[in-house]
Amino acid sequence: MSMATTAPLLSALVEAMRTRRIEVIDLTQTLTPDFPQIALPPEMGQCWPFRIEEASNYDARGPGWYWNNFSCGEHTGTHFDAPIHWISGRDLPNNAVDTIPVQHFVAPACVVDCSTQVAQNPDYLLTVDDLLAFEAQHGRIPAGAWLLMRTDWSQRSDPEAYQNFDETGQHTPGPSTEAVRFLVDQRDVLGFGSEAIGTDAGQGYHLRPPYPCHYYMHGAGRYGLQCLANLDKLPPTGAVILSPPLKIQKGSGSPLRVLALVEHAA
Amino acid sequence: MTMPLMRPARKNPILRTPQMNLPPSARSRVALSLTAAAAEGRFELQVCQDCDSVQYPPREACVHCVSPRLKWRAQTGLGQLLASTTLHHSNDLFFRERLPWRLGMVALDAGPSVMVHLHSEVGEAPSRLRVGARLDRAGQAVLIGFPEKESEHMADDKMLREMGSDPKFRKALVTDGKTPVGQALVRALVKAGADIVWVGHAEPWKKLPGLAELAALPQVTLLPLDLSNERSVITLAGEIGGKVDIVINNAEVHRSHGIGNRTGTDVARMEMEINYLGLLRLSQALGPALQGRAADGVTHASAWVNLLSIYALSNFPPHGTYSASKAAAYSLSQCLRAEMRPSGIRVVHVFPGPIDDEWNQNMPPPKLSPEALASAVIKALRDGTEDVYPGDVAQEWLQRWRDNPKVLEREIAAGGT
Repeated sequence: MSMATTAPLLSALVEAMRTRRIEVIDLTQTLTPDFPQIALPPEMGQCWPFRIEEASNYDARGPGWYWNNFSCGEHTGTHFDAPIHWISGRDLPNNAVDTIPVQHFVAPACVVDCSTQVAQNPDYLLTVDDLLAFEAQHGRIPAGAWLLMRTDWSQRSDPEAYQNFDETGQHTPGPSTEAVRFLVDQRDVLGFGSEAIGTDAGQGYHLRPPYPCHYYMHGAGRYGLQCLANLDKLPPTGAVILSPPLKIQKGSGSPLRVLALVEHAA
Repeated sequence: MTMPLMRPARKNPILRTPQMNLPPSARSRVALSLTAAAAEGRFELQVCQDCDSVQYPPREACVHCVSPRLKWRAQTGLGQLLASTTLHHSNDLFFRERLPWRLGMVALDAGPSVMVHLHSEVGEAPSRLRVGARLDRAGQAVLIGFPEKESEHMADDKMLREMGSDPKFRKALVTDGKTPVGQALVRALVKAGADIVWVGHAEPWKKLPGLAELAALPQVTLLPLDLSNERSVITLAGEIGGKVDIVINNAEVHRSHGIGNRTGTDVARMEMEINYLGLLRLSQALGPALQGRAADGVTHASAWVNLLSIYALSNFPPHGTYSASKAAAYSLSQCLRAEMRPSGIRVVHVFPGPIDDEWNQNMPPPKLSPEALASAVIKALRDGTEDVYPGDVAQEWLQRWRDNPKVLEREIAAGGT
């Protein structure tokens, strides 16, 4: 009995991937010690940067094998934010990476292109009008979809430009408070994804409430993805995101490999 | 007068880099107290507590009354040069490679006669001079005959340069240029005539005041360096390891927490990550490079300075985890010193009290200014000392610790400083 008869949909998927009709795109930044981590005032608890040291490299420490030990925080590199990450989501059921329903880790995505605005203004805030304009062109944002904000910020390969600090803090794009509320209350999205170091804008601390994307998304049991890359390779709609975080007990998030399935025309 | 040291010619790259041969370094246990004093820049001899006679060479019992009650006491070193000679031949490799070499016999005003290495400005016998103790390239105390009057370039004397690590024309690395201490160190090195000062800076996206001004100095080159990142340390060593003559490791994490007033180990781990493991990473990456160039011309690799803390001697509970990390760093630096000794690289320990910076904001004065700390480091390099306790607080702690470490511990635990 062939697979096609027992699992026709998956068989079609496998065949489409074999022929590259469905392409797999990597949305992940490489974990390196040079990739910056979020910076908080130094007296606060800090997210560990990614660090890696050799255990052995075919040498006296292990003649036939090469391997490393690494350390990092739950929010280092391209990473997933669970609702428990924020105080607004702390009492929700299934709010940690080990208890989130696994079907949420495979979900469709809408990609809103803000790269033109962000090229003019690194502090750009995604507006409700941007979302409505997107819908006018590509249709309504479906419930249960990721809303990914394309900014091309990930193309800033210099960590200094990526962080974009000055004396008033970080200047990176994110969503406005109103846009977050619209996505949660009116569109029931699965979560919000960003190319910058947080789902909130660099100056998001000065919005009301502070860090609105964290506050409202996690307060409503939704998720975050940040430090995404290659969003310019995704279509506005139709991509499917694979984003399973590490199964850390009561984990608030986790570095992860984010993949997108993109279907090309026949 | 001593001729000022001129900028040395560039190294001939087809000749073998000379290797270090240390001067004779065997000393008796009792004679090591001479070294201990010289390590802090003092000239001490034993004085009999029964008949007051000053002893030389160091011994177990008084040369006059056989009393065993001998105490090490600071000496003025004033005396009369009785005779001098200049060696033109030696079977000892260290001196053979540095001939001619001037020696003298001095009658100290305090009594004993001593053999000294003679500074070129000391006149022929009979003449007055001052004897001081310095550490030689083997790290052992030797006696030096200095001219009575100081002169502008006397530090450039060929013999004296062998005893120290004068920054003049040398190339130095300061591992953290973002702190006030790091910036004061860089400026002091430039002022002291350093040829190049490489300045490490971690997390380049965090802009801190002063770094841009520092980078504008012609001698200064900024380099990314994060001691918590093995790859960053190895990269730096690969890029400049073959050129660094003086390493000043001032990178540190300092937070004011004990055990009970901070939940978890994140702060303590960060302190250990930089203050202890960072020193280990840097030592593994840069140590061999310095050792290989310890006899490389007149500006050979010469010194490694570690910024420790007086709290390395005894824990200061309000900064308890920081103290522990500095105690660990002190212990590791003793290991580094032992491993560097065969090559003649001097490892200098600096034990400041509270420094006047953001992490000691709540500490009452007196606090050591970054500039005073930097001056103390430059002086230690020039004088070849290896244990530096800069400032009044450090000196006072040191005296109390030497007097009775247990009493100091109890005083500090009771809320003292």
